[in-house]
Amino acid sequence: MADREYAYYSGCSLEGTAVEYDMSMREVFKALGLTLREPEDWSCCGSTPAHTVDHVFAAALAARNLSIIEKMGTQTVTVPCPSCLSAFKRAHLGMTGDESFKEKVNDLLDEPYNGGVNPKSTLQIMVEDIGLEAVGNKVTHALPDLVVAPYYGCILTRPPEIAQFDDPENPMSMDNILEAVGVRVSPFAFKLECCGAAFGVPKREMVNQLSSKVLSMAIDSGANCIAVACPLCQQNLDLRQSQVNSTMGTNFNIPILYFSQIVGLTYGLSPKALGLDKLIVSADHIVRSRITVQEMEQRKQAEIEKEKAAKAKPKKDEIKAEET
Amino acid sequence: MRVGVFICHCGSNIAGTIDVARVAAEMRKVPGVAFATNYMYTCSEPGQEEIKQAIKREGLNRIVVAACSPRMHELTFRRTIEKAGLNRYFLEMANIREHISWVGLDKEANTNKAIDVVKMAAAKVMQDKPLFSQSFKVNKRVLVIGGGVAGMQSALDCADGGLDVLLVEKSPSVGGMMSRLDKTFPTIDCSICILGPKMVDVAQHDKITLHAYSEIDDIKGYVGNYQIKIRKKATYVDWTKCTGCGLCMEKCPSKNSYDHFNFGVAPTRAINIPFPQAIPKKAKIDPEYCRQFVKGKCGVCAKVCPTGAINYEMQDEIITEDVGAIVVASGYGLMDVAKLPEYGGGRYPDVITGIQYERLLNASGPTEGHILRPSDKTEPKTIVFVSCAGSRDKSCGVPYCSNFCCMYIAKQAILTKDHIPDSQSFVFYMDIRSPGKGYDEFTRRAQEDYGAKYVRGRVSRIYPKGKKMVVMGADTLLGTKVEVEADLVVLANAVTAAPGAAQLAEKLHISYDTFGFYVESHPKLRPVETNTAGVYLAGAAQGPKDIPASVGQGSAAAAKVLALFSKDMLESDPAVAKVNENTCVGCLKCKMTCPFGAVKEKELRGGKIVANVIETVCAGCGVCTSTCPCGAIQLSHFTDNQLLAEVNTLCQK
Repeated sequence: MADREYAYYSGCSLEGTAVEYDMSMREVFKALGLTLREPEDWSCCGSTPAHTVDHVFAAALAARNLSIIEKMGTQTVTVPCPSCLSAFKRAHLGMTGDESFKEKVNDLLDEPYNGGVNPKSTLQIMVEDIGLEAVGNKVTHALPDLVVAPYYGCILTRPPEIAQFDDPENPMSMDNILEAVGVRVSPFAFKLECCGAAFGVPKREMVNQLSSKVLSMAIDSGANCIAVACPLCQQNLDLRQSQVNSTMGTNFNIPILYFSQIVGLTYGLSPKALGLDKLIVSADHIVRSRITVQEMEQRKQAEIEKEKAAKAKPKKDEIKAEET
Repeated sequence: MRVGVFICHCGSNIAGTIDVARVAAEMRKVPGVAFATNYMYTCSEPGQEEIKQAIKREGLNRIVVAACSPRMHELTFRRTIEKAGLNRYFLEMANIREHISWVGLDKEANTNKAIDVVKMAAAKVMQDKPLFSQSFKVNKRVLVIGGGVAGMQSALDCADGGLDVLLVEKSPSVGGMMSRLDKTFPTIDCSICILGPKMVDVAQHDKITLHAYSEIDDIKGYVGNYQIKIRKKATYVDWTKCTGCGLCMEKCPSKNSYDHFNFGVAPTRAINIPFPQAIPKKAKIDPEYCRQFVKGKCGVCAKVCPTGAINYEMQDEIITEDVGAIVVASGYGLMDVAKLPEYGGGRYPDVITGIQYERLLNASGPTEGHILRPSDKTEPKTIVFVSCAGSRDKSCGVPYCSNFCCMYIAKQAILTKDHIPDSQSFVFYMDIRSPGKGYDEFTRRAQEDYGAKYVRGRVSRIYPKGKKMVVMGADTLLGTKVEVEADLVVLANAVTAAPGAAQLAEKLHISYDTFGFYVESHPKLRPVETNTAGVYLAGAAQGPKDIPASVGQGSAAAAKVLALFSKDMLESDPAVAKVNENTCVGCLKCKMTCPFGAVKEKELRGGKIVANVIETVCAGCGVCTSTCPCGAIQLSHFTDNQLLAEVNTLCQK
């Protein structure tokens, strides 16, 4: 995997509530030999509040950043937050597909955006640009007891005409990445079910109900950890897990990790550097269960021998029975 | 030259937005026009009489009728002027209805445009030459493509009418989709019990030649004289020796072959007879699964076959047949449920399709008529039916209704209660569409007498929870979310065109819509004809249809064939391409572009090569005339002179 350079738009959440997503993503991309360049003087992507008011204005907020990235001379920007990504893709597709829309948006900008930047999610970069094989090649450590429910959230692959990535109803990219780094993945049916999104403030009850469904379905599917790729999903499931427990009468205690943190752990990166100490629901037992690939091989070997011995045993008993 | 112009009011259809009197008045000023009038309904009997009398009274020798589309009445008026003693090609129609009065509301602009269009028609009619049809012989054999219920009905009706019939079916047995059904709505007749006799009749009729497991490779020719190449696919079993004893099937070690007949509900053997009532009842090897083909060694069937019918070296065989007409009854396909990931299509074993459920209900199906969940072979107690799974959904590319799902879901809900009395069926529906005789009563019976719970609303997601399948949906009548924990989910997946429908249409030169269904000549008045003479449609190849409609159409197509064959000679359309051998340079570009293969090479006495049009094959499309670099090939009735006369008139203002 040759060194490659990407523009990296972290967005507001990765500066604050999701700083561990930012940390782990940077670490993993560094391990994969990718250089991330943060655009200078980036600003808000427009996100939820802007596009509910005015599509041109919302696109202009995203396009301002795209125009800065265009000037940097990098063709692809990777955007970890699905909300930012959606805003970027909407602005990009609108401005490359509709001349009059492009004019309206560029009117609001100091520097025009010419449509030369391709916004991609971090998942998309890992699947399409790096490739599953290269992602798997860096693995040094195993997480033998971990069963992960990959949770994509509602907007990472939808609407399909905007996302233009993976299946809108049954996405597999995160499943495939986690499997490529040797992690067991559970058949999770609520991959796309809503976590309640930004309703945590105005309608907390609703978020509690929806998040509780996602959490219980993950556990039902046999998982002991949920992997996410969205700061808001992570917040609703992790930060609000105790809230869910107290209002719904549940007793969830399931760590919610960014998929990049899990990948980082298999690359042998330090838990501190991956921001694992910043999680609300502790993931310590996951960290502790980490062993090297060699150790894993030895364990497997031992198990196979044990099985062989178990199979051989009854024969001995039979012989003894015959003797007596 | 004495041209007569007749402007039709078509009630208010034309006269409402065109000043027809003014058009007639303007036409009287045109040199060569001897007579112009307007009339309420020119196509009516008195209207036609008016034309005939005017021809005699005014000594007219060319006629322009300004009315509707020539598709509608050109033939009518051609007959009219012929009766009055004129050549039928001395008629021009100006389409002032579809092209003008129906599309514009500005009366002044419409009238001006109508004057232009009628003037153009008058200019062309003055250039028209008399054309005469040729007669040709008809080969009174008919090819029926597709051995489903529609094709079989057509074949039987044709054969009973005394015609020789070739029936080509691509699967190993006739019967089609109907042979897979358990019972039929709304009478709960056993499907195979009413179909079986027809299948036997087809096999035993001395006028019908059945080619099962065969496909159409190539079609050449024209109405009355088609040459067909039929590919008899290799079955690896010599059907002249096979007695259908089934011993090979019993002993075949490859037990996990995909069962095409049962839509994969249960596996079958690599060598198999599709079902007990199969016609012909002969075995066939599926080389994808057969160990002899996959691994190169096995040969069990060859060893056990008492008649030595197995032949692993068998090749496809191509036979050529001549027929005079074709009935296309190639049937329909079903949407792949993997395209419905929100329903877990193809992922969860307990989410099956309607036709698969039909096989579970069927006594000769893989479970012998016991409803058992595919996952653990237990009897389901709660069953959810999802209608419109993929259909009426633009995002799935199927905006149309699949026509018979509402009815078969009701039937399956009724049968479910009969099979498992303590079961509960739920039906998620968008609308109940059951507008046939006894149909609405039937869907009501499912709800009222059999207790199926009908929920109006679409299902958003289906996912497994333990051993159950959770169906998440909405009840749009109550305005609430609904979740049902089901043991089995049955998707009424969308009906699509049969696989390969488009390719077959290309071979037949018939048109098909964006979904692959074949297009009839006129949706109301010519429902079983195509725009290619001698090719008729029957059954679901034209669009989703239930059994009564398919059978009705099969008979209708047969009636059309019998009517066609009631004449010994057919008349050709003389509006075809003609080659001027003096100016033709023999480049044969026309031969390359002709989509019907109507242009052939011809050597003149001096050794000069020229193009030659076979009149009966030419469809008069005109592609050759626009290709010819020296203008040597001209389409009769649409020659350069005739079209330029129109253009000149339009430009002279």
